[in-house]
Amino acid sequence: MATKIGAAPQTPAPALLSNEEILRYSRHLIMPEVGMEGQLKLKAAKVLLIGTGGLGAPLGLYLAAAGVGRLGLVDFDTVDFTNLQRQVMFGTSDVGRLKSVAAAERLASLNPDIELVTYDTHLTSENALELLRDYDVVVDGTDNFPTRYLVNDASVLLGKPNVYGSIFRFDGQVSVFGAPGGPCYRCVYPEPPPPGLVPSCAEGGVLGVLPGIVGCIQAMEVIKLILGVGDPLIGRLLLFDALGMKFRELKLRKNPDCPVCGTHPTVTKLIDYVEFCGIRGEEAPAQQTSAPDIAPSELKLRLDRGDDLYILDVREPHEYQICNIGGHLIPLGDLPKRVSELDSSREIVAHCRSGKRSAEAAEFLRKAGFRKILNLKGGILAWADEVDPSMPKY
Amino acid sequence: MPIRILIPTPLRAYTNKVDTVEVKAATVGDAITALTSQFSELRKHLYNDEGRLRSFVNVYLNDEDIRFLQKDQTQVNDGDVISIVPSIAGGR
Repeated sequence: MATKIGAAPQTPAPALLSNEEILRYSRHLIMPEVGMEGQLKLKAAKVLLIGTGGLGAPLGLYLAAAGVGRLGLVDFDTVDFTNLQRQVMFGTSDVGRLKSVAAAERLASLNPDIELVTYDTHLTSENALELLRDYDVVVDGTDNFPTRYLVNDASVLLGKPNVYGSIFRFDGQVSVFGAPGGPCYRCVYPEPPPPGLVPSCAEGGVLGVLPGIVGCIQAMEVIKLILGVGDPLIGRLLLFDALGMKFRELKLRKNPDCPVCGTHPTVTKLIDYVEFCGIRGEEAPAQQTSAPDIAPSELKLRLDRGDDLYILDVREPHEYQICNIGGHLIPLGDLPKRVSELDSSREIVAHCRSGKRSAEAAEFLRKAGFRKILNLKGGILAWADEVDPSMPKY
Repeated sequence: MPIRILIPTPLRAYTNKVDTVEVKAATVGDAITALTSQFSELRKHLYNDEGRLRSFVNVYLNDEDIRFLQKDQTQVNDGDVISIVPSIAGGR
């Protein structure tokens, strides 16, 4: 599953830099904190990037540019148009290509002297230890709780530092977990939130620059760890608030009762992280609701024949501006206090972007006593696919 | 001077988008109770059904995790800052 491009595997330790490399890294070499010794450390270093998306983009670009000798790139995904707003390793012509492969090509053109290894696969409990074993530093640039707990546990079990970064809308968090004597991710967050409580970037959105900033901070921490200079974020959680443009720092302590890195660990091998995080299947399916679905084509048919249907759009006002089907807008969060605007004697069709929030809305209304409520299956995205191809999708 | 509680972005949906709430309290527990009595929706996001702080939400008094102080019973002084820090997972 691993594919190598770029420079050949180094055998044994790289002794010297070529004249081209000396020129390339001259701004590093003239700093005493790096120098020839530090640059050779970077060249000998092996760093595994898990995720080549928003955080992975600046990480890949800066670590490749800095001359990290081997970069492993783990990603199963392909580039799509919605990625380009922040995943700056990719160009428009990469849409549809494997991220790991497109990233490796971009980084190889940036720096042909480094080795790039692509892993076009999901990181799983079955392959994680084998994958991480060959690397000195692990970087968590993933986007979901199961993989974050998996990356943490695998790095702790192998004794590799895990440079952690995560983002949500305008907020970022960065730390270095699993370093000797330092806390791990589970010391800080013993358990993940229940599914559905914390929206993903796909649902909650993210400002494109944010992963750029947070990924750059991670890249800086990786380089500091390799060089052995400065104070890495071990035992510290850096919080970044982009709207307020504030950085804050909190102390993190190693939890002696931590199930992975505590004094009596109970997690001694990798577990089923999807189950641990309470998610069945890859994408959390629309929540179970007793409100029946209506397909977009059927809704169109019924509207065309003049049925009295009340369309309830439970998205946010800024989403309504992107596209709408003329529904009455009440954002899901406002529904409890605005429920009186609805007439329970009429047949209501709830919809959102993809069908998940409207399922919640339908369930809420059903509990509130509404009996004639339908959920538009697949949301306005499905409407665009099946009924109105001219409608923009987002 | 009262105590300031910093509300993280994901939970501002339950505080009318307010990012800082000022309360008067003697302990961290009192401060959070004062906060959740102002914003009742917030409580279920911070505490589980048994009334324990949820394990993906950490509360810091200034820069210290209250789990390593006296938890809810930790004394607070005028001018202290309480931070609520939930885990976030985005990255792509």
